[in-house]
Parts: sequence; C-alpha cells; structure tokens
Amino acid sequence: MLNFTLRRLLWLIPTILAMALVTFLVMHATPGSPLDPVAEGANPLSPDAQKNLAAAYGLDKPLWEQFAIFVGKALRGDFGQSFVYKTRTVSEILWDAFPVSLLLGSMALVLAVAGGVTLGVLAAVYQNHSWDYVSVTVATLGVSVPNFVLAVFLIVLFSFVLPIFPTGGWGEPTDWVLPTVTLALGPMGIIARFTRSSMVEVIRSDYIRTARAKGLAESPIILKHVLKNACIPVVTLLGPLFAAVGTGSFFVESIFRVPGMGRFFVLSMTGRDYPMIMAVVLLYGVFLTLMNLAVDLVYGFIDPRIRY
Amino acid sequence: MALSTPASGTSLDTADLVAAAPSAAATTSLWRDAWRRLRRNKLAVVGGVTVVLLCLVAVFANVLAPQSYTKANFGNIYEFPNREFPLGTDQLGRDVLSRMIYGARVSMLVGLGSQVIVLLIGVPLGALAGFVGGRTDILMTRFIDVMYAFPRLLFVILVMSMLGAGLLNIFVALGLTGWVGIARQTRAQVLTLKEKEFVEGARALGARSWRVLTRHVLPSALTPIVVSITFGIPEAIFTEAALSFIGVGINPPTPSWGQMVGENQQFLRSYWYLCVFPSIAIAVTMLSFTFFGDGVRDALDPKMK
Repeated sequence: MLNFTLRRLLWLIPTILAMALVTFLVMHATPGSPLDPVAEGANPLSPDAQKNLAAAYGLDKPLWEQFAIFVGKALRGDFGQSFVYKTRTVSEILWDAFPVSLLLGSMALVLAVAGGVTLGVLAAVYQNHSWDYVSVTVATLGVSVPNFVLAVFLIVLFSFVLPIFPTGGWGEPTDWVLPTVTLALGPMGIIARFTRSSMVEVIRSDYIRTARAKGLAESPIILKHVLKNACIPVVTLLGPLFAAVGTGSFFVESIFRVPGMGRFFVLSMTGRDYPMIMAVVLLYGVFLTLMNLAVDLVYGFIDPRIRY
Repeated sequence: MALSTPASGTSLDTADLVAAAPSAAATTSLWRDAWRRLRRNKLAVVGGVTVVLLCLVAVFANVLAPQSYTKANFGNIYEFPNREFPLGTDQLGRDVLSRMIYGARVSMLVGLGSQVIVLLIGVPLGALAGFVGGRTDILMTRFIDVMYAFPRLLFVILVMSMLGAGLLNIFVALGLTGWVGIARQTRAQVLTLKEKEFVEGARALGARSWRVLTRHVLPSALTPIVVSITFGIPEAIFTEAALSFIGVGINPPTPSWGQMVGENQQFLRSYWYLCVFPSIAIAVTMLSFTFFGDGVRDALDPKMK
C-alpha cells in the first residue's frame, strides 16, 4: 500500500514534466508572441523596446534554456510575474483565486454526488417507467447542455421570473446558489448515468437474486446490497470530475462574476500570458493526478477485491 | 428498454457479436436489427427528427432567413420580439431570427465536418497501431495517452488563441484534439478482432494484410466507431459554441449561437431575448444529438440497457 502510493507519487514527476513540456512547446510553436501589440491594428513596439522586454522576461534565450529556467523556478514555487497583470506574481494571483474556485467546486461536487446518485438509483429501480425517463432527461440535460446555456436559463428563471437569487457576485451565501447549481448539473448528469447503468448491472446479479429469494424487502436490497457495489465504478469518476470543477469554470465564473481562477484558463491563453498558462495548466494537472491517486486509494478500501 | 438479447446469452460483447457473423448477409442484419431497435426508441426518434430538421435549416438558411444576417439597421436597434422581427433585433439592428438560422449552418458544419476530419485521422492511426503492433503501437499509445491527459477544451482554447478565430481554424483545432478518442477505440477493436478466427481464415486463404484490414477487420470494428462519431458531433458543436462564447471561435459578422450568447450575456437583464433564444437553440441541438446518439448506441449494443 505504502509502496503503491510512493510509486504513484514518483510517477507524478514525469507526468507533470511531460505536461509542462507539451504546453510549453505548443505555446511557443504557434505564430505570434507576447510582445505583439495587445489590440488588433495597434502600433507595434519599437524593435529596441521589444528586445529589452524579451531580455527582461528571458524570452530571448533558446527554448530549452527557457524551459530549464522555468522548471528550476517552478520547483521553488516561483512561477514568475504575470505578463498581463504586470504588478503581481502568478503565485499571488492564484493564491487569491484558487480557494474561491475550490469552494465553489467542492459545493458543486457535493450537490452533484447527492443529486446524481439519487437520480441514478431512481432510474435503475424504476427502470423504463416514468421516473427513469425523468432521471434520464435531467441527466442528459446536465451532460449535454453547455453550462453557460444552463446559467442563462437559471438566471432567467430564478433571478428574473422568480426573484429569489442574485444574478451574480460572490459575497453572501445566497450568491453561491446559482453558480453552484449551474456547475453541478454537468457532473450530476454524468454521475446519474453511471450510477444507473452500474445499478442495473448489479440488480441483475446472482447475489441480488439470492437476497430476493431469501425474502428481503426491496428497499434494504437496493440501499444496502445493490448501491454498495454499484457505487464502486462511480467513485472512479470523482477524481477527474473534482479536478474539473475544483479548478474553476471560465463560463460559470464569468457569467456569475465569481472571482475564481476559471477565467485565468482562458484569459492567460488569449492574452499570451506565458507564465500564467504554465501555472494554470500545471495546477490542473497536479490536481487531477492527485485526485486520481486519492480515488485509487479509496478504491482499495471500498472494494476489498483490489490489492495493491 | 427491455430489448431481447441474442439467444446465446447476455455476456456477448459487441466484438464477439460482429465477429460471430462476419458474412455479408449477417452484417446487414445487424444494421437492420439496430435500425428496428432505434425506431422503437421514442427519445431517439424525436432527437433524430430534430437533427434532420436542423440540417435542413442549415442547408436552406439563405431561403429561410427573412432578412440578411449582416445588414445593420440603426433605425431599429434592440427591438423586442414583434411582428416584423419575431425574435427581436440586436445592438446593430440585425434580425435575431435570421442570424439564428445562419447560426445553425455554423453548428451543423462544425459538428459534421469536424467528425469527417476526426475519422480521417483517428481511424487510420488507430488501425495502424492495432494492426501493426510492436514499436509503432507502443509509440502511438504513449502519444495518445499524453494527448488524453490534457483537458480537452483547454487545449482547444490554447490552439485557437494561438491560431486566431475562424471556421477553418476551428476545424484544425478540433481535428488535432478529437482524433485521440477514436484512434484509441479503433486500436482496441482491431487488437481484439485480429486474433479472431475469421481473420485467420482470411489470411489462410491468402489475403494480404491490407485486404484483411480493410475488408475484414475494419468493417467489424465499425459499430464503436459509429457510436463514437454520434457522440463526437454534439461535442464538436459544444466546443464551437464555447469557443465563440469566449470570442476565439467564429469571426463576426458570421453568426454563431455561442457567440450570440457570449456577446449578450451581460445584457441579460435588459435584453433577455438576445441571449435566451440562441441558448434554447444550443440546448435543443445538444439534447437532440445526445438522445439520438444514446439511441444509436443502445440499438447497436443492446446489452447496454
């Protein structure tokens, strides 16, 4: 077990390095540079100024050297100065924004698990009856409709038609409701679909038939015997899902004006903010790998058939 | 849906199912069976009909649109839906209905076109890796794994913001990122299929590798490829909408639903109709494709339900 954990943690190093390298290469391989004028058609900087800026940010060095410098500094937690927010370091910006996204994402994940498992169980128990259709429709809605579209519908419904929740902001707990729900619907749909198909499979298994034959009532069969085993594949989903919602969504955060880190995923790329791009992609990568590791460890506890 | 599974048992894999019936007549009956099952699935039929309607709207956009989608008319900006403009007008006085009809064109083009590219890249690479095996396979699989680790949308945004907005670049970005899934699936299919008896039989009869691959292995690997294409279409449409929402997708003045939502979401309180109608269009399109895709999957792989 300890051996397994250590080995997996060691694997993190090459994985993260590969991610950093690919991002770095894509960033530099494509035409254009951060020294280009910000607005379209604006006057370019003079060649001298460009040269000075390139030297100041280390962009004049050969690529492999730039990458080596980046890795060296990143190891010490220094991701450099943002090219866009010139007065702040990348670490400072993310230190402020990440906790906000993490809070929003955690709330959304809790809601998604609670709602998704409930919908999945209802759908599996009432297979091919109205509850199944309701659940499948809600799940499909969550999975397929982009969250910026869901956000528009939720704002219209719960801010305009029924003025219960504010349209945006991040102060009061009432501000949290709509972004949380919007963010949760996608993962909820995925969890519901997974729970349903996994439940359906378990319900048909022999040991459930045995439980029924012994005369057990339906609800303990479903809640104790089926759900316990049906949950195992669902747990695998939680790692990537938490990584996705926990690092913030550009769409949800920009529509509801949440000061999280979701927007930096997009703004850093459209603004060619090299240090910021590297930082957010790596943060996501590390988060995802750690979550997957956590899921694998939890897996061992809930499914005793698995040995490390 | 309580569909009858093949008599030989429920644990049959699609691959076995196809492999067990490699002759031309039997393959036709697999598709005919699937078609019959698909027609019985109400949600899938509704989805399919909507998809066909959307395609028609996209093809005949120039006939259907009551007004031009580019012509600004400053005499009637921000008109609420009325008789002349059923869905209102935007900040330049352009007819929202006409712009939405042309928006269908972008969505359908991206959805279907991107999948053609994905097929052309993903299937040959996946088939090659699976069929040739050895070092080629190891190299390809490693590469696919690294590509898989990237958050998909993030990678597309990165490519788009580097290449610049535009329909052609959307195809490039979607093609670059989208082939991975299908390549992986084709490889897995080819890997299992090439060990089957009917492939061995074809080889024994003296068929060359190319013929074995194209005539025997690939046709049998078709079902998962078809399923992954039906899900790839809405994913591509979603990606285009998201890119255009951010502002790195379709270049204005060409309208796209995502772009209309993105441009107008800050005016939601004052001019709700600018956002709500394109949002409905996106939602309906995505739901239709997903229901249809689910139906296709269940029809081709009856043990799933």
